[in-house]
Amino acid sequence: MRSGKVLHIPMVFILVALTMLACQKSVPREALMFTTESLADRQLQTRIFETNHEGKLLEASAAVLQDLGFTIDESEVKCGVIVCSKDRNVTEFYDVGLSIIASLFFIDYEYAVRQKVLASLVTRPLEEDRIAVRITFQHLVWDTKKELIKNERVNEPEIYQEFFSKLSKSVFLTAHEI
Amino acid sequence: MKGLIKKSLFFCLILSVCACAARQKNILEANDSQVRLRSIQSRVYDYTDRNRMLRTIIATLQDLGFVIDDADENLGTVSGTKRSGYSLRMTVSVRPRGDTQLIVRSNAQFNLQTVDDPEPYQQFFAALSKALFLEAQKI
Repeated sequence: MRSGKVLHIPMVFILVALTMLACQKSVPREALMFTTESLADRQLQTRIFETNHEGKLLEASAAVLQDLGFTIDESEVKCGVIVCSKDRNVTEFYDVGLSIIASLFFIDYEYAVRQKVLASLVTRPLEEDRIAVRITFQHLVWDTKKELIKNERVNEPEIYQEFFSKLSKSVFLTAHEI
Repeated sequence: MKGLIKKSLFFCLILSVCACAARQKNILEANDSQVRLRSIQSRVYDYTDRNRMLRTIIATLQDLGFVIDDADENLGTVSGTKRSGYSLRMTVSVRPRGDTQLIVRSNAQFNLQTVDDPEPYQQFFAALSKALFLEAQKI
């Protein structure tokens, strides 16, 4: 009886562990579906330019991305795609201060130190000599323990507005070969 | 007590052996039958313009919140990642089937797992079909 009990404990433990492994999360239901926000996002991330020179528009876009400190990772002109990214240190002084104070009380204080911003810019010819430019930003943030603490889309409208205002200027400069 | 330690050690050994086997298997993943996987990951479209199809796929991925990681017109592939607390990476490829059709195949990876559940693929192809329809109607 006693030995039976002893055998059961590790068995139960293993069963629980296996069940937990089997229950790993799968793709969320809404991940691959159009939602009510899809259209609003598209409007926020898209501007239409009245031109038929897709190559020139891509050139102007690459120039703006470079102005913003991005490095181009990939590009495919035939599909109108530019992929770029930048890595930045995002340590804030007050975080460092707080971590020093926390360490006096033997508390670990983790804060964001590194950010990677990813962007993909896509041009799409429309009818009547118009081209749509769509840009999407995402960012990843790591803390002092190198753990990923943020892994999401950038949603702030100001960022997209600023990008497109810069792009409009760049299109003008490229058109005038400045 | 001794018996318990022995048994625990034995189970640890078994688990580590299983883990090694799993690591080796992951290199050439073959969890599922190749035919089943292909059938859930592929759709045939009555469409001939490969470039336009690629551009529609890119637009669909962007609509779904993906950032494009890579596109290659010659190879006919597009890869993108959606990040929303998780990472969902997808590669979509387009190749001709005869003279009048295109086969679109997508495969996805959710965080560190392969996606072999048919539902996400059905949702993706539903989104792509909708985009192709709107494209044809010029909406």
